Amino acid sequence: MTTNKQKGWKEIPKGGLILEAGNSEKYETGSWRSLRPVRDEKKCTNCLICWVYCPDSSIIVKDGKIKEIDYDHCKGCGICAAECPVNAITMVDESEFRNEKTEKGGKK
Amino acid sequence: MAKLKEVSKKQDILSSGHRLCAGCGASIAVRQILSACDDPVVVASATGCLEVATTIYPYTSWRSSFIHNAFENAAATISGVEAMYQSLKKQGKIDKEMKFIAFGGDGGTYDIGLQSLSGALERGHDFVYVCYDNEAYMNTGIQRSSATPRGVWTTTSPCGEVIPGKTQYRKDLTGIIAAHKIPYVAQASIWRWSDLIDKAHKAFYTKGPAFLNVLSPCPRGWRFPSEETIKMAKLSVQTNFWPLYEVENGKWKLNYKPKERKSVTEWMEPQGRYKDALRPENKQLVEEIQKDIDDNWERLLILCGEK
Amino acid sequence: MSKNTVAITGNDAAAYAIKQINPDVMAAYPITPQTALVQKFSEYVADGLVKTEFVTVESEHSAMSACVGAAAAGGRVMTATAANGLALMFEIVYIAASSKLPIVMPVVNRALSGPINIHCDHSDSMAARDSGWIQLYSENAQEAYDNTIQAIRIAENMKVRLPVMVMFDGFITSHGIEMVDFLDDEVVQNFVGDYQPNNPLLDPEKPLTYGPLDLYDYYFEHKRQQAEDIKNSKPIILDVAREFEKISGRPYGLFESYQLEDAETAIVALSSTAGTAKEVVDEMRAKGKRVGLLKPRVFRPFPYQEIAKALSHLKAVAILDRSDSFGAFGGPLFTEIRSAMMEFGKIPENIDIIYGLGGRDINEQDIEGVYNQLDAIAKSGKVKERIQYLGVRE
Repeated sequence: MTTNKQKGWKEIPKGGLILEAGNSEKYETGSWRSLRPVRDEKKCTNCLICWVYCPDSSIIVKDGKIKEIDYDHCKGCGICAAECPVNAITMVDESEFRNEKTEKGGKK
Repeated sequence: MAKLKEVSKKQDILSSGHRLCAGCGASIAVRQILSACDDPVVVASATGCLEVATTIYPYTSWRSSFIHNAFENAAATISGVEAMYQSLKKQGKIDKEMKFIAFGGDGGTYDIGLQSLSGALERGHDFVYVCYDNEAYMNTGIQRSSATPRGVWTTTSPCGEVIPGKTQYRKDLTGIIAAHKIPYVAQASIWRWSDLIDKAHKAFYTKGPAFLNVLSPCPRGWRFPSEETIKMAKLSVQTNFWPLYEVENGKWKLNYKPKERKSVTEWMEPQGRYKDALRPENKQLVEEIQKDIDDNWERLLILCGEK
Repeated sequence: MSKNTVAITGNDAAAYAIKQINPDVMAAYPITPQTALVQKFSEYVADGLVKTEFVTVESEHSAMSACVGAAAAGGRVMTATAANGLALMFEIVYIAASSKLPIVMPVVNRALSGPINIHCDHSDSMAARDSGWIQLYSENAQEAYDNTIQAIRIAENMKVRLPVMVMFDGFITSHGIEMVDFLDDEVVQNFVGDYQPNNPLLDPEKPLTYGPLDLYDYYFEHKRQQAEDIKNSKPIILDVAREFEKISGRPYGLFESYQLEDAETAIVALSSTAGTAKEVVDEMRAKGKRVGLLKPRVFRPFPYQEIAKALSHLKAVAILDRSDSFGAFGGPLFTEIRSAMMEFGKIPENIDIIYGLGGRDINEQDIEGVYNQLDAIAKSGKVKERIQYLGVRE
């Protein structure tokens, strides 16, 4: 079974090599979630414990501060919420965000 | 002492979009360990959860160069990469400093990969080997390995009418590696991230072979909720199930001593794979498991000069 | 005879070729009858005569694994093995080919266990014929030397980039002493040239991934590429041979025809047995018998058109297999050739002679007997037994 999007044997690199390092970023594992971590910015002390414990590099840090959570990839494991020393993160049912749209108009 | 604000400035070598389970201990270990490397690194991995989930064609989660070869030969493979590096460096064809690291699960390290690991260590290649120990062949569906603890359910050591789960104790791999007399050996936990990152840094920057054994709690295989991965890692250390220590040039050093050792049942209770072991009729088994942990701890204290 | 002609064993000749090639890394494990090759090379290393990082791995599986790592890292890599060593590295042999790593490996043909047997037959390299490696067979120590050097150019050609196995017979060639004409160091160095890396791991500016997981949506495409690539290596094998002839005076092709063009009957045989057969051909020709020999050199990619064409004029041909394929209709060389002959040209009467397993000797009288049988077949047009075993005690 083939899909139209996949390339044929003459088009893919030889040797089974993947030449685009880190391209799995394009694969959005965010759809795995049933619970979403929501961070209370007021409580957050930017200790970065959530960052060091996230299995999916989905806590985005800039200049030593939490910028945002990468919801395209966050799998909703809940470790960040469980480990936050000040309980700044809550796991919320993903269904509550069902009607949100992304910037491009797609489902969040 | 690793500082998170500094460490967080570096881009992760393991990108997001990998397909490891939600809450996987292995990816946490990999992220923490690779953050300690300040030079370009080549990563090798044995077949297993980490390799399979991070390189499903046409996607790769590795921002550095990466090679997967087969299941039992991560150490042999990286020793070839390192040998080529040494050769080209001696010929003046390469001048950059590069680091070499191989990851293997307990399957690819304690069992099928033990030979190639032993050989690579004995030959003295300049590389780091990390075992992400999730205590079973998890990628293929939770089969027992020699790292599986006694009394645990796995699919090939099920708790049946006649045989109560895995009957053997875990293999002391870290001890076996220490016996290879390589410059740096350590046991670490993703819970104590600062200790792990420091150890990883030491491993990368010690000349010669270095080995890290990192317990990687597995929500799927150990049967606990995905948010408790760090809690499990913490309990393993607090119950002395997974002591944190280093062996640097033959000198043993204990890195963490719980003020009061928690009972092994605190380690077992949150994990569904110990459900059978905790039944009242298996009280004897739990006592034996506790004794084994205590005996190992006593032995470790002596080795580390703490007694 | 030039000053470079020496009396030397096949192992030492191959080791000398490796020395002159001077690879960046060699990861090897000793196994009879290859051991002397590795030992000789170790002496070169210990005397500082090569730049090679010699990795004394703890098994053949680790040897090929380290070779894969080293070749992927980006440099010239060689190793050598035999029999069960090849069998032990089997899964990695496939991976070396699928990752397009131009590793060159002399294989000193020895029987696969069991029972354990250290003597010559071709069961080891034949077992690897599906792996995607280019396979060359050498009649004698000279060819072992020449093929090893040419293999580097074949493997590393940018249109090929596939690993190459160079076979020579265990004990018969590896340990027997023959006259070998060596090329000068400079000549070999100029011929093999500098290694050109292709997708090396050791380039931090261009990180890449080797050895991904293919699900059912990509594996087939990757394998289809391999089938195409090895097919396309054939013209390059010939180009390299032409260039090699210029520097050595020794011609090579896909196979050697010995008194074949006007022969009525012929034998097809690999390696040292072909050498013995040449003697028999000469003797029988002197008596007026029109006999000939075809000695395949390239087994993979199998030159089916060329060999079938070269045999098509014969009245009868005996294909000698120094290995068996249990349960198959004949040994590997027989099945390749018989299938090839179906496609192209007239099909002569043909029989399979399975011989020499585990080092069972085959001599001139045996070969003469085969030609006599072919003569009878040519005259009667009848084949009594298609698949025969020569030399086994009934």
